[in-house]
Amino acid sequence: MTEYILRRLLLGVLTAFLVSILVFTLLRIAPGDVVDAILGGEGEVYSDEVREALREQLGLNRPLPVQYLTFMRDFVTLQWGESLRNNTEIWPQIQKKLPITLELSVMTLLISVFMGIPIGTLMALYRDSWVDYLLRVFSLAGLSIPNFWSATMIVLGGAFFLNWSPRLEYISPLEDPRANFIMFFWPALAAGWVGQATQARMMRSTMLEVLRQDYIRTAHAKGLQYYVVVYRHALKNALLPVITIIGITVALILGGTVIIETIFQLPGLSRYLVQSLQNWDYTVVQTVVLFLSIWIVLSNLVVDLAYGWLDPRIRYD
Amino acid sequence: MATREEILEPLATRTRAPLPVRLLKGTTNFMVRKPLGAFGAAIILAMVFMALAAPWISGDPNKWHISETMYGPSWKFWLGTNDLGQDMWAMIVRGARVSLYVGFLAVALGSCTGGVIGLVSAYYGGKVDMSIQRLMDALMAIPTLILALAIMAALGQSLNNVVLAIGIVQIPRANRIVRSQALSVKESEFALAARSIGAGDFRIMVYHILPQCMAPWLIIASAALGTAIISEASLSFLGMGVPPTVPTWGGMLSTRGREFFIQNPWMAIWPGVAISLAVYGFNLFGDALRDVLDPRLRGL
Repeated sequence: MTEYILRRLLLGVLTAFLVSILVFTLLRIAPGDVVDAILGGEGEVYSDEVREALREQLGLNRPLPVQYLTFMRDFVTLQWGESLRNNTEIWPQIQKKLPITLELSVMTLLISVFMGIPIGTLMALYRDSWVDYLLRVFSLAGLSIPNFWSATMIVLGGAFFLNWSPRLEYISPLEDPRANFIMFFWPALAAGWVGQATQARMMRSTMLEVLRQDYIRTAHAKGLQYYVVVYRHALKNALLPVITIIGITVALILGGTVIIETIFQLPGLSRYLVQSLQNWDYTVVQTVVLFLSIWIVLSNLVVDLAYGWLDPRIRYD
Repeated sequence: MATREEILEPLATRTRAPLPVRLLKGTTNFMVRKPLGAFGAAIILAMVFMALAAPWISGDPNKWHISETMYGPSWKFWLGTNDLGQDMWAMIVRGARVSLYVGFLAVALGSCTGGVIGLVSAYYGGKVDMSIQRLMDALMAIPTLILALAIMAALGQSLNNVVLAIGIVQIPRANRIVRSQALSVKESEFALAARSIGAGDFRIMVYHILPQCMAPWLIIASAALGTAIISEASLSFLGMGVPPTVPTWGGMLSTRGREFFIQNPWMAIWPGVAISLAVYGFNLFGDALRDVLDPRLRGL
């Protein structure tokens, strides 16, 4: 078990290392750089000498391997440096923005699980009936309607019918839990509707498989009530494979926060990342992407471990 | 007792129906058994028709009707006009072209590359497999939209770069599904038999293993179409996709759509309806295809 965790962690380090190379390379082959973002495009007000001087000052004219090694050294020693664009320290920014993205992701995950699992179960129980079709239409709609549109429609509906608009400033849950909850509920609903679809689909097929098992027939035969068979016998076993899907959903949800944070004006990590990307702010982008991918690798590990803990038949080797 | 001729006679007259008849039968059968899937296919066909017939069924999307801005739906402008007086029906129809182009090409690129990588990786195993799969892990560890954004930032904004960015993002999934299938097929007796009569690596991979991997690959690819269209729209929405001069559904929803949607909600409603319907069509169809081709994969 310990050996398994260690090996997974080592593989995780390798993955993170490859991610860092990938992001570093992508940013360097991009046309234009942060100097353009600070001073304006090529051939504008500032002369080439000024541009070169700024590049020198920001350390952008050092050889690429040196730049990469500096980045890795700083990342590993947790000296994440500052943004190239506006000299703000990266770490305090992440500290400020991470709770927002974290809260949004957790709420999204909860909504998608609490929607997906009952929907999938009902679809399996009423297989090929109108309940199944209706729920499938609803569930697949979540996967089909882009979250930026459902989010826009929520804002539009709120503005038209309720005279409501998303709060522009972030409210901490410690200050006003209720306002904080409302602030995150709608964005999480828009994003969670997307996430539930995969879980509902998986739930439906595993549930169908379990319902065909002999022990379910036995349970019915010995006269147990219908819902007891469904909840005690079938649901528990059908849930297991769905848990692995939750690991995949984490990556999906983190990608989705990019758009949700933009529409609902939540000053989270993803919005920070997109803004930095548009400014070629290398240091911020590479640090945040690496941070996010470590987050994904770790949550996948946790999901796999939880799977083994819930199902003792699983052996790690 | 029946004679030999009496027994054989009905078999001889039972010829196979001609291809169009069989196709029609297959289609009606699919429609009866999978009504939702057939509905999805109908949406896809309508969208393809819209894209192909764009110049004949709508006006010029780039013409500004300055005196007729922000109209709601009317006889002259079926879906209304935006803040510049552009005909939104014409823009939606042109947007279908971009969405279909990006969707099909990106999926073809991503799924084919991913499939080939998965096949080679499973077949050779060992160090080759190990190094390829670690690279795939790295690609999967970056949220898809963020990876696509980074690739767009690196390549610059153009239609074909969007195809490339979304295609690359699709590679790991196709790789994973084909690899796991190929791993089990590789050990099967017919692959072993082919090797024992002296077939080369390439021959075994292409003629013996690949056909067995087609069903799961097709399922993943059909599901990827919807995702690709949403990704394209998301990139355009964030202003990092196709250049803003080209009418796209995501682009219509971004800056302008969001600036003026309180005054003219139709500007935000129509492009969203178009994207959702298109992706819905692909998802319904893909779901039905999944049920028909391989019931074991329903959960993926």
